[in-house]
Amino acid sequence: MGRALLTENILIPGIRDFDVYRAHGGYVSAEKALKEMTAADVCREVTKSGLRGRGGAGFPTGLKWSFLDRKTERPRYLVCNADESEPGTFKDRYLMEHLPHLLIEGLIISSFALGVRSCYIYVRGEFKYIIGILKRAIDEAYQHNFLGNNILGTGLSLDIFLHPGAGAYICGEETALLESLEGKRGNPRIKPPFPAFKGLYDCPTVVNNVETLAAVVPIIGMGGDAYAAIGVGKSTGTKLISACGNINKPGVYEIDFGLPVEDFIYSEQYCGGIRDGKMLKAVVPGGSSVPVLPAGLMLNTVKGEQRLMTYESMAEGGFETGTMLGSGGFIVFDEDACMVRNTWNFTCFYRHESCGQCSPCREGTAWMEPILKRIELGEGKSKEIDLLVSIAAKIEGNTICPFGDAAAWPVASAIRHFRDEFEFHIDHPEIVKNIEHGSIYKYPVSSIQHPASLR
Amino acid sequence: MRVTIDDITVDVEEGTTILTAARKIGGKIVPPAMCWYSKLKGSGGKCRTCLVKVAQSSAKDPRPMPKLVASCSTPVQDGMVVQNITSPEVLEARKAIVEFLLINHPLDCPVCDQAGECDLQDLSFLHGMVETRSEEPRREFPAIDIGDKIKLNMNRCILCYRCVFTADQITGKRVHGVLYRGDAPEISTYIQNVIDNDFSGNVIDVCPVGALTDRTFRFKSRVWFLNAMDAHRDCTHCGGKVTAWMYGNEIYRITGRKDKYGEVEEFICNECRFEKKNFSDWIIEGPRKISRESVISANHYEKLIKPSIIHPIEGTTEKQE
Repeated sequence: MGRALLTENILIPGIRDFDVYRAHGGYVSAEKALKEMTAADVCREVTKSGLRGRGGAGFPTGLKWSFLDRKTERPRYLVCNADESEPGTFKDRYLMEHLPHLLIEGLIISSFALGVRSCYIYVRGEFKYIIGILKRAIDEAYQHNFLGNNILGTGLSLDIFLHPGAGAYICGEETALLESLEGKRGNPRIKPPFPAFKGLYDCPTVVNNVETLAAVVPIIGMGGDAYAAIGVGKSTGTKLISACGNINKPGVYEIDFGLPVEDFIYSEQYCGGIRDGKMLKAVVPGGSSVPVLPAGLMLNTVKGEQRLMTYESMAEGGFETGTMLGSGGFIVFDEDACMVRNTWNFTCFYRHESCGQCSPCREGTAWMEPILKRIELGEGKSKEIDLLVSIAAKIEGNTICPFGDAAAWPVASAIRHFRDEFEFHIDHPEIVKNIEHGSIYKYPVSSIQHPASLR
Repeated sequence: MRVTIDDITVDVEEGTTILTAARKIGGKIVPPAMCWYSKLKGSGGKCRTCLVKVAQSSAKDPRPMPKLVASCSTPVQDGMVVQNITSPEVLEARKAIVEFLLINHPLDCPVCDQAGECDLQDLSFLHGMVETRSEEPRREFPAIDIGDKIKLNMNRCILCYRCVFTADQITGKRVHGVLYRGDAPEISTYIQNVIDNDFSGNVIDVCPVGALTDRTFRFKSRVWFLNAMDAHRDCTHCGGKVTAWMYGNEIYRITGRKDKYGEVEEFICNECRFEKKNFSDWIIEGPRKISRESVISANHYEKLIKPSIIHPIEGTTEKQE
């Protein structure tokens, strides 16, 4: 296992409790920030660390913080986005379930840096048991004067409020989250104005992912420069990857940026290879919203270089032959998986979760789903593959929020890389109707691969 | 602030949106707007028909914007260069939006009271496809009576939210809103409450399609057979300035006075709209000038000026002329 900055103590029994967390070096970074540093120092360290938003977009956190409108008289808010509902992503849940105090510590440091007196944690409504865990941890932090008035005698005050969501994926989009937090229907807002100027209750607001806020703790502990030394290029530090699918060891792993994808999938430390000794067919590396890649392109870029777990290397080749690291929801498909069925599954999700506010997304997601269903059930027509490509292209980029892109990319990329599977469904309706048909495709060797070591 | 839209430069105040700047220029370069309504705060950005390309963000930052932007909600920057009908990308996107808006639309124009003055009809005439590519069953809802004066036909709704904003901002007491999400949302009053307010009838005027129609005018006449007359009366609730739609001396219906973008000049009260249908109730000022592109302007009160087209793209403009 590589370096563990966030999850180092996660397996210690009772780490959820304040006393155990404190005994293992907890709240040391918060004390350091509050007592020895100024707010500007903290911001500088975060900027130096090169930390990028862990929610999916990978926007530099220091830059995002610098946009916050500090001139205004109005209060400023920090909102923690814990509405993790991307299919394949379960890293924040793991972090909050086991290390609730790490998140609270991150919130204390970040609030200090941003001059915030009220924080909100917007928790996905389905995480009912986590709300209890967080609530208990917040109460403990109040008892030990890490929250409330005059924290540790520094004169700083901070309150954290928990807000459970009502079960909408779209509320993970930051402006929809703010609307929902205000008690309205969770429709994304039209930008500009951006939340840094007009966010929650029309006040300047920063919205950060759980993992981003947690990563602030080790950054303050070890210093921004030391954090930036980990990783490759602009992808610095460590990242939680939630690996699932047809692998031997599904779970949440903390990796250093720059780990080769091949090592991640096949080494015993991490995923431990494909289950039942099968071959790798495809990977969705960043949650369902990012383009799917076939094995050949996943392990090596089109230039022949090894693909690494970094934002840049994943995006190598653009949308033609690349993908995105996204939120780190690493979904692995073996040779028996049916990509048509999988794509249909994803579109069902997006159809159900679209907020219905803007027309391309509302109508487009609901149009793609029945077409994919027909193809999967052996009732498709050959022209419908091109129709799907066309619909996806028309949704992409024309919507209010990135949801439209997220709904279009999985379809477009699956057809781009696995068109023969879609064609097979249309040409052989009897076979796809009657047989579990994932394994019957005849693939060129290049698209299904064993790693070099097993070949 | 100086902004260039389709090679025409105009000076506007800071904070103006691209769409408002384009309307200041006027003519063919004005992007269509289905959901934005200048008198309703918070409207816009939803239908995406007004998407334009920003070829240059500002004088300081000459980079183009990465995506098409909604012109109704994007403020102009000094030195911004915008392309609307001169960009094939924009026209392509607009065509796509029209297709999306129509896949669940019942296309029941022959029996729709809005026909002839429908924004969606005009839009699909300009940008629509000849045939539909969708084979899916269309979304269906039963028609609902919202009170005894307003009919809601959700099948035709494009979810522009204009009526929700109207109810929120004009009537003060909103009892209807949008329910559900994804492809299943509907404008509804939940328990089919009567919208009990003097100004509730304005939701009919703001509706860009035939989803909300006037029950007192239902199936009475086609709009293009009627003469639109400006009329007024002393009203205790509103300004009393309306358009009376007449056939001979008979008043068939009353609406707000709409400008060429389909927006009313003033909101009017329900008494004027629904109850004063006698010729003697009104002082008729004279024919209303209608300069919209739709079929009601066939009443030739105003000679339509042929708009000038700037750098037309091949194959896109013949139909418009």
